[in-house]
Amino acid sequence: MANFYRDNSDLKFQFKHPLMGKIVELKEDNFKDFGKYDYAPANVEDAIDSYDRVMEIIGEICGDVLAPNAEQVDHDGPVCANGRITYAAGTQQNHDALTKAGVYGLSLPREYGGLNFSMVPYVMAAELVSRADAGFANIWGLQDCAETIHEFASKEIKEEFLPRINKGDTCSMDLTEPDAGSDLQSVMLKATWDEEKQMWFLNGVKRFITNGDAQIKLVLARSEEGTTDGRGLSYFVYDKAWGGVTVRRIENKLGIKGSPTAELVFKNAPAKLVGDRKLGLIKYVMSLMNGARLGVGAQSVGLSEAAYREALKYAHERVQYKKAIINFPAVYELLAVMKAKLQASRAILYETTRFVDIYKAYNAISEERKLTPEERQENKKYSKYADMFTPVLKMMSSEYANQNAYDAIQVHGGSGFMKEYPVERLYRDARILTIYEGTSQLQTVAAIRYVTNGSYLAKIREYEAMEFKPEYAALKEKLVAMTAQYEQACEMVQGKGEEYIDFHARRLVEMAAHIIMSYLLIIDAQVDESFARSAEVYTNKSEAWNNERASYIAAFKPEDLAAFSAIKEEYVAEEN
Amino acid sequence: MTKKLKIVVLAKQVPDTRNVGKNAMTPEGTVNRAALPAIFNPEDMNALEQALYIKDQNPGSEVLLLTMGPFRAADIIREGLFRGADGGVLLTDRKFAGADTLATSYALSQAVKKINPDIILAGRQAIDGDTAQVGPQVAEKLGIPQVTYAEEIQEITDTKVTIKRRLERGVEVVSCTLPCLVTVHATAAPCRPRHAKQVMKYKYARTVTEDTAEGANYLLPLSDYPYLKITEWGTADVGGEDSSYGMAGSPTKVKKVENIVFQAKEAKKLTASNEDIDSLISELLANHTIG
Repeated sequence: MANFYRDNSDLKFQFKHPLMGKIVELKEDNFKDFGKYDYAPANVEDAIDSYDRVMEIIGEICGDVLAPNAEQVDHDGPVCANGRITYAAGTQQNHDALTKAGVYGLSLPREYGGLNFSMVPYVMAAELVSRADAGFANIWGLQDCAETIHEFASKEIKEEFLPRINKGDTCSMDLTEPDAGSDLQSVMLKATWDEEKQMWFLNGVKRFITNGDAQIKLVLARSEEGTTDGRGLSYFVYDKAWGGVTVRRIENKLGIKGSPTAELVFKNAPAKLVGDRKLGLIKYVMSLMNGARLGVGAQSVGLSEAAYREALKYAHERVQYKKAIINFPAVYELLAVMKAKLQASRAILYETTRFVDIYKAYNAISEERKLTPEERQENKKYSKYADMFTPVLKMMSSEYANQNAYDAIQVHGGSGFMKEYPVERLYRDARILTIYEGTSQLQTVAAIRYVTNGSYLAKIREYEAMEFKPEYAALKEKLVAMTAQYEQACEMVQGKGEEYIDFHARRLVEMAAHIIMSYLLIIDAQVDESFARSAEVYTNKSEAWNNERASYIAAFKPEDLAAFSAIKEEYVAEEN
Repeated sequence: MTKKLKIVVLAKQVPDTRNVGKNAMTPEGTVNRAALPAIFNPEDMNALEQALYIKDQNPGSEVLLLTMGPFRAADIIREGLFRGADGGVLLTDRKFAGADTLATSYALSQAVKKINPDIILAGRQAIDGDTAQVGPQVAEKLGIPQVTYAEEIQEITDTKVTIKRRLERGVEVVSCTLPCLVTVHATAAPCRPRHAKQVMKYKYARTVTEDTAEGANYLLPLSDYPYLKITEWGTADVGGEDSSYGMAGSPTKVKKVENIVFQAKEAKKLTASNEDIDSLISELLANHTIG
């Protein structure tokens, strides 16, 4: 009898954010569904009450079904036989429970069987599921594909596929191939139009496909013969019932073992075009990726929460030298920093989600009517915020999830290394988070432009201009000084060449991230004092982290690059 | 062949005795209801799942919850609506108060008569009293057959139902004519979760008493949304003899309450012969379990 939503007041707190009213109003577009659907809300309060109640349902399933199944699912994993995948029994149970609760299609419009929830509760559900089982979170999270279909496909395709999501059909997004990982422009899977059958046919191989045997697939394929770059790629939807796709094998992975990762063979597999030809990668996949990165942010926060709770529980229970180990400064520092990283990750997760919520709602409205100039401006503003914050969220929260899983084992000592405790699973599950949907290194590439063009600085100044209670004056003063230091560091890298900036990019992005996340915690602490401690711990730590980065950059001369780049000339020695 | 069935689930709101703290009992030895959260009796939840399963198999069927209790027992009906039930009746009246199993089953049977269902499902027993008497007594009062310890409703037709029973040393499959009453065992399938759309649809469901309570302010008025109204029946609605209700209709008197530790856990097998029953009664009298 556990409820992962009810036992965590930090989640409900998100629904009280001042932007929630605006978000709900935009999403419900004058509450036009009220009266048309008996479960549609009449006003903001009613909608948020529904969010709260549905999160309770999901929280209960996470606590009572998913979390108790996690260990066995990790042990059993899925099975591949005769070209098909069978989930572990627990995975199937998890999926069935969530399907029976009618919570798939959380963010889809009601006309397609969805609940029309805004992104905040959608992301929260992903966080809840991830805390219970980070591997299962992928199967749950792939309903993101429905979002892409909804945004870009024709009405006919929407009507064919979207209502199936709420009924329990799962999805996969088939992008990567043996020679196209981070570099998706190299995708080779071929799409050919058959004039006679009036259908596209897919041929080729996909690799590392999460939930590869799903009923509904979105496939990136080369539709333009003779092209070699991203502009020759289109996006297709495929229905498992049409046949032509078999699973060659599934991967044996370090973590998230319950989620099947498949190698697929497409042999004359029929498919339908989503949106326009040639926009597959440059428009649709990019949009899907942003959603997926938000998803990994939620997955990271959920896993951090699980790691923190396990560590805290153990630190109270474990007695050494006649006292619980939490009483030792070395242990309580670990726990306090874990909590600060967790809460800072969550703060930027929901801040980013609110930005996404607002611009997506404007996009949806713009399909029905022309936006007013003010609305267009708002849409642009929040869309930019979302673009700025998404890579920072993805990188920081996934790195923190790994650090928290590492520290959770450390708190457990030798026991944490054993299979008897769940922390070793969390540690393995966390490892993929900084890798898939764009590595931390690629998030830095996406974020650095906002360092150099001053966008992060401008956003930091916005936070700085907010009103804070007098007891937070000292922390704010620190952040003002850290901002000046960050500005200085940004100036220092200018004019020393692109390679020099790329070399320091991660440090600069992290400096900005630390300042932003400190502000977010202090802002939360204005409303709810329970954030005060983490705000203090995180800001103080951030100050030290930024000092280290600033002094490294200040002392780093362009010629120092050589000591690092020389590694390019080294090779692994082979036996004679 | 599918049939449109009317299914009644008997459900009880009980104190959650599974997670008892140190304040769970009063010094007088009765349950301290204030210290324990009120929940849907677990085996009644198993019964609800069986009812909803029958409805899944027979589209157009109707699942109604029937519960007796104070005003706040309307929670039981709402919980049922959230999981897929179509409606419910709350039996509430001061005259029902203080009922033992006999008076409870009398009240429930009066209400069931008024609803006139094809099949009645109930949990085997409630976790506060553990008597397992109410279901069978309701069947007796209605003069219909009963199947106890059900684990699975395997098949249901126009005229009969096939049920797998969980027994001490195995299972037994029986069939029974309709209408009948079935008590469901904890080993039956757990109840499905609350359904998001049902929760949003029925979250403002309420009794007239709740609707008109001081300070109550509901978003959707009952007059415009009749499906949100939870039926309340008192003794006047279900008829019957006042002397059979509540305290007046309850011959059970608690003499004293003692803490006991079970000596034996095994079951004892008795035949239905008078001899065996006499010897059991004598044994129970001798060790003061009864009398």
